[in-house]
Amino acid sequence: MSKVLMKGNEAIGEAAIRAGCLNYFAYPITPQSEVAEYLARRMPEVGGVFLQGESEVAVGYMLFGASAAGERVFTTSSSPGISLMSEAVSYIAAAQCPAVFVNIMRGGPGLGGILPSQADYLQATKGIGHGDFRLLVMAPASVQEAVEMVMLAFPLAEKYRNPVMILGDGLIGQMMEPVEFPDNLKSEPSNKDDWATSGMDHRSSDSRNLVRSLLLEATELNDHNLLLKGKYDRMCEAEVRFESYNLDADYRGLIVSYGTMSRVCRTAIDTLREEGIEVGMIRPQTLFPFPINAVGDAAAKDSCRHVVSIEMSMGQMVEDVERAVKGRIPVSWYGKCGGEVPTPEEIIDLIKQRIA
Amino acid sequence: MGKTFKKPEVLTDAHTHYCPGCTHGVVHRLVAETIDELGIRGRTVGIAPVGCAVLAYNYFNCDFQEAAHGRAPAMATGIKRVRPDLMVFTYQGDGDLASIGMGEIIHAANRGEKFTTIFVNNAIYGMTGGQMAPTTMPDQRTTTSPFGRNAEQVGMPIKMAELLSALQTPAYVSRQTVIKPKYITKAKKAIHRAFEYQLENKCFSLVEVVSTCPTNWGMTPVEAVEWTEKTLLPYYQPGDYNVPE
Repeated sequence: MSKVLMKGNEAIGEAAIRAGCLNYFAYPITPQSEVAEYLARRMPEVGGVFLQGESEVAVGYMLFGASAAGERVFTTSSSPGISLMSEAVSYIAAAQCPAVFVNIMRGGPGLGGILPSQADYLQATKGIGHGDFRLLVMAPASVQEAVEMVMLAFPLAEKYRNPVMILGDGLIGQMMEPVEFPDNLKSEPSNKDDWATSGMDHRSSDSRNLVRSLLLEATELNDHNLLLKGKYDRMCEAEVRFESYNLDADYRGLIVSYGTMSRVCRTAIDTLREEGIEVGMIRPQTLFPFPINAVGDAAAKDSCRHVVSIEMSMGQMVEDVERAVKGRIPVSWYGKCGGEVPTPEEIIDLIKQRIA
Repeated sequence: MGKTFKKPEVLTDAHTHYCPGCTHGVVHRLVAETIDELGIRGRTVGIAPVGCAVLAYNYFNCDFQEAAHGRAPAMATGIKRVRPDLMVFTYQGDGDLASIGMGEIIHAANRGEKFTTIFVNNAIYGMTGGQMAPTTMPDQRTTTSPFGRNAEQVGMPIKMAELLSALQTPAYVSRQTVIKPKYITKAKKAIHRAFEYQLENKCFSLVEVVSTCPTNWGMTPVEAVEWTEKTLLPYYQPGDYNVPE
């Protein structure tokens, strides 16, 4: 299939359709409103559902209702909107419904700004709403990868009956890159007859289905939490995705970086290499589950003296990096916020100071 | 002699948890009779609220979802948009619908979503222990208005049927009560009609049912009926407020 030049936000919308999801609910917010604008035209063409909700709070529950009825559904938003949706995400996770949320992050806290950021790492990976649950979180570093992750998200959400989040920074949404939509990532929706409220006639069943999250008995709720934990444990075993860079070299320093930030780091690593300074990198593609073993193993290499987590935030992923390295060698953080993106030169200077 | 009165098929055999004198049971029955009469059980999805009726799914033998507080209309929207062939009803109380869920109900009604809302208004929060609701009457004592609702501080009770009828989108909006048999007959007709409008894919439909809460009102069931007739019905007047052309 030939490549087309597309803006990230539009490619994300198209990717969902290509994956086999024809139901989209959303509320406008910068810097991802182009997804809704694209799908407002595109969904009618493919016989899909497009609805602009009255708030992100309502949109979250539109997803819940649609998913609980057994249909594939997704939304896109940006940081403040995701906070509003987080109430519904907790219910959706509790009720074990699949749904896909795309967060094209902007700077925070509060209204923050509309420029790219990675400030929602902890929110996304540590349980976005109240209660004890996790999302499967994937972080693309290119428009092509955003397309592939969106397409993968639907079968993964169904496999685990859990919400999946694509965590992109504003650059992923706003930049244009050539993309293709791999046919092999189109998937058939799973059979949901054993739990979805699709109507008893629809599934030719004499017994009704119930989608809920209220479990008033302590033992019952504890059992439910254990069941959920089992799913998150299985994700940690089966779904860790990451990319390594320059790990064959005898690197003195290891960078951990994701999304757009990792592309800047890659440029810095190439330049440093020309100067004779070897630095390796792990780029988590899944943030939950975090590639804890990969980072730990890479940091354990004899030549490695220091690990630095480079983020467009004030030090969030660094907590997971510390968890991976377990204090064996120093771990530090570097980052900027509000739309500021550390430059390759800054990273080169940083590496020279801390590592070389 | 043949059987002339039986339990609707869509109701389970479970005993309800509702208090003596509470009218939820009557409203459940009217909804259940309607589902039976229309023969739609196999394609009906109910949405339970947060509040006393959260456990409604224990009493209805059809597919059910459980919403967060006030969000049932958004969930119903999600279902109807992706599965327009399903018959969807939300069952909500006044704290749920008129307070925390005000945004969701107004916008769902204004979009003309093709589902049915049964809105049980008993002028108080029941499940959480008798706190003041947006529908609580002036001077009515509740656990959070212990000296009586002070309308100067918190405003007058909200008349939802009137409020929703102000919207320009066609809808069926009716207010009924079930405190006496003569009212129950009318309430049944309104609920049946509301479901029919959905079946015809015609419009959003809502039936507000003025109800009792003897436990949290601090009354006997008989006193609660009397108070409803004397205090609530003059303010929340029964009748059809909006009928689609």
